[in-house]
Amino acid sequence: MTELDLTADVLVAGGGPAGAWAAIKAAEAGADVILVDKGYLGTSGATAAAGTGVWYVRPEPAARERAMASREGLGGYLADREWMARVLDQTYANMNELAEVSRYPFPVGEDGAQIRRGLQGPEYMRRMRVRARRAGVRILDHSPVTELLVDPDGAVAGAAGHRRRHDRAYRVRAGAVVLATGGCAFLSKALGCDVNTGDGALFAAEAGAEMSGMEFSNAYAIAPEFTSVTKTAFYSYATFYHEDGSVLEGAGSTRGRSVIARALLSERVFCRIDRADEEVRRAMRLAQPNFFLPFDRQGIDPFAELFPVTLLAEGTVRGTGGIRLTGFDCSTSVPGLYAAGDAATREPICGGFTGGGSHNAAWAMSSGTWAGQAAARHARALGAGSARRPARGAGGAGLRPSAGARQPYREVVEAVQREVLPYEKNYLRHGARLAPALAALDQIWAQARRALHADGAEVARARSAAAMAAHARWMYASALTRTESRGMHKREDFPRQDPGQHYRIVSGGLDEVWTAPEPGLISVAAAS
Amino acid sequence: MIEIVSRGRCIACDKCVEVCPTGVFDHGPDGVPLIARQSDCQTCFMCEAYCPADALFVAPRAHPLPEPPDEADLAERGLLGSYRRQIGWGHGRTPGALLAVGPPLPDAGGAVPAASPADVIIS
Repeated sequence: MTELDLTADVLVAGGGPAGAWAAIKAAEAGADVILVDKGYLGTSGATAAAGTGVWYVRPEPAARERAMASREGLGGYLADREWMARVLDQTYANMNELAEVSRYPFPVGEDGAQIRRGLQGPEYMRRMRVRARRAGVRILDHSPVTELLVDPDGAVAGAAGHRRRHDRAYRVRAGAVVLATGGCAFLSKALGCDVNTGDGALFAAEAGAEMSGMEFSNAYAIAPEFTSVTKTAFYSYATFYHEDGSVLEGAGSTRGRSVIARALLSERVFCRIDRADEEVRRAMRLAQPNFFLPFDRQGIDPFAELFPVTLLAEGTVRGTGGIRLTGFDCSTSVPGLYAAGDAATREPICGGFTGGGSHNAAWAMSSGTWAGQAAARHARALGAGSARRPARGAGGAGLRPSAGARQPYREVVEAVQREVLPYEKNYLRHGARLAPALAALDQIWAQARRALHADGAEVARARSAAAMAAHARWMYASALTRTESRGMHKREDFPRQDPGQHYRIVSGGLDEVWTAPEPGLISVAAAS
Repeated sequence: MIEIVSRGRCIACDKCVEVCPTGVFDHGPDGVPLIARQSDCQTCFMCEAYCPADALFVAPRAHPLPEPPDEADLAERGLLGSYRRQIGWGHGRTPGALLAVGPPLPDAGGAVPAASPADVIIS
């Protein structure tokens, strides 16, 4: 089968909100844009299947100050005020564009004004697709990227991938690439997250980029047992119980989630949303119809009956680690490569606390906008021939095996999951468990690097398996480096925050993983 | 997971084949899509949202059921097309987004506000 060979000024990898905004803004800046997604722009990713609050704050100094201060301490003072202010400004503008350009049907408050602080995923992303098409973006659905292309100077010059529905390889040569491939939830079946396998982080690392904040990768969400619907927020109205019906003391959706994790190691945990009155119940149904799907379809009344719950890993989707950015334009340390949304670290606005919900949504639209605009500028500066530079594939593990019998991707996925999903390893962290897990992951990587391989459309699965292995190693290497508790990263063996570790941790490397404190100051209003 | 493509209801528009983010469906020889890779289904319900014929059913279980549920029973219980109806997609319906005003939710620290404006949805 012949390869599809395309050129563009800007290639965007990923069709969630960050990728959609990047593509639209690059096109509006005059670039010829191709967006590729492993699924479908409109349904792919953690946002489309869910609903999300948005960090939309009126440009009033007092309100902005409160918004910026609200998570600063929870994030271990690793967020940055200048980034926060910029994200608040950009998010405000983009949400207003959603109302005015995309005619998003925001609810209207009693004062007659639209309430622009939340988005329903399907509606939001359907409209983003329409806008991208109107902007002239060429969209390739079901076309996972399998590797970046780099020019002889090491600058990123496009990407290669596979069109699943056509079983045909493709190549897009471009002046600049935006990675908006999402975080990594390790195929945990958390709502909408199975497309988020950390592919972009692997591609970026292969081209020479670094990660940041990978220790902030132990987010777990509450879901009814055996289901996918991870909508933790409403559980603030719940009480948690042992199987015998007695209250599980200390358990809660926010601060008491680790209590649930600990209990789940030895027993089933039950729940009832028994602190919601009639009005709250009605509002829940209107705000998040999908929250009720598991209940309505299994004949459970969650307000009256006990139902078993579980915790599903959300890794760096809700955790804040990701590709390290080198500027407000969402550039990375590799020329021509930009990162946006959950693929990038969200430490600039969340520090080490979860970006889940409103902050990630704001980050996706802001970083997507900046990355798209900067990629367009970069491509324009390179000139017309930039898409015809000589370029070679940068991919390694899962694509170019070095030796031996073929290893199937499923084996790698399951081996990584065994080290990353269990609560006692990733959630309830202790050096004595993290170190052997990292050693196991190093072995998994070494073997995968030699022998993981697949054909045709399965290549993308092999690459996702490799990406998960790489992701997990940066996570645990960073978690072992941070010998303290900060943000969501809680170490049982180092339960306190250490003022001497008030810095971000950068990580990287493939065959040899490394970590290092990030030099430079973080602009915060208050220090720890 | 996706359990049912109703042969009786399906209008062979291929919408589900197109929109499924994990590529679960294949084109069927007679136009009715096939559930070709059920284990890849991430139980996100997006195919149901897009199905104009209420022909799909995604069971909330993230693993396959021992046997697919009974279609007539699901129809009787109003479960076929229920998600699409709830988000207000389909001709003549009010978009659910217009009504999506959620309950007050706790701040990040965990305290539920006593009387804050009920205008936040978070995931």
